[in-house]
Amino acid sequence: MKRLVLVIALVALLPGAMMYAQQPPPTMQEDFVPVSALPQAEQLPAAPLLIAAYAFVWVALMVYVWSLWRRMARLERDLADLQRRVPKP
Amino acid sequence: MSRLFVPLLLLATALFAAAPFVVANAPFEETMGLVQKIFYYHVPSAMMMFLSAFVCGIASAIFLFRRSAAADRVAQAAGELVVLFGLIVLVTGPLWARKAWGVWWEWDARLTSSLLLWMIFLAYLLVRRFGGPGSEKLAGAMALFGMANVPFVYVSVNYWRTLHPKTSVVMTLAPGMRAAFWFSVAAFVILYVLLLTLRKRLEDRQAAVEQLYLAFEE
Repeated sequence: MKRLVLVIALVALLPGAMMYAQQPPPTMQEDFVPVSALPQAEQLPAAPLLIAAYAFVWVALMVYVWSLWRRMARLERDLADLQRRVPKP
Repeated sequence: MSRLFVPLLLLATALFAAAPFVVANAPFEETMGLVQKIFYYHVPSAMMMFLSAFVCGIASAIFLFRRSAAADRVAQAAGELVVLFGLIVLVTGPLWARKAWGVWWEWDARLTSSLLLWMIFLAYLLVRRFGGPGSEKLAGAMALFGMANVPFVYVSVNYWRTLHPKTSVVMTLAPGMRAAFWFSVAAFVILYVLLLTLRKRLEDRQAAVEQLYLAFEE
């Protein structure tokens, strides 16, 4: 039954995929255009991208350090527990 | 923990606190302007990714040929850091590319090979985590393969036609940019040493717990 549903879904998506593939490619820029002459929608501000990049670096490092700290705390607890339970020679 | 850990931690904190000001004072690049300043975190992260891949590969070789458990723990620590710094490179790069090239991503030699390198070490971590007993040797072999890829990733921009800047960019930086760049590199190297030390210590504790479990079962 699951296989039948999967086949039906794929067949239903196929015409859509074929229509998308047959669409004409987007019109490309053919000559050099300075940034100041680009349409407004294409003039991206740099600051949000720069801030996002730096923020991601900080967040990634903080998350990693936090995960190290959490794993270490769990191991220290297990180690202390085992040291109590294992009889000393 | 090593006596150098706390001084290095303080130094890394100071460098990272100062880094935004150093980067802000660096001159603007002529064609890319403000967005080029992503360079001061993107390139040092890539350098740490390559460095960690080498550390992982060399430690894995020592583990495979000399059966050194300590080397295996260093390899695992370094493998995780390849994935961390690689993720930073693969996120900051497209953010820069969107403005500089007009696209988030391009399947050119440098970007594609960097992504593959990252995926190799992600697979390394998955094998370590889910491979079961004896998977350390398979993972070690993967790490050697990953390490062998690093020179290809590095020279890909020189030998293939790519959008990515060539390796000569770093050596030909303007003086103001050069100082800020090497400042960032120094901060990242110290950070890398600290993270590797911490992560390796985690593995040492894990090994100690496993030994105690075995002793408890006996």
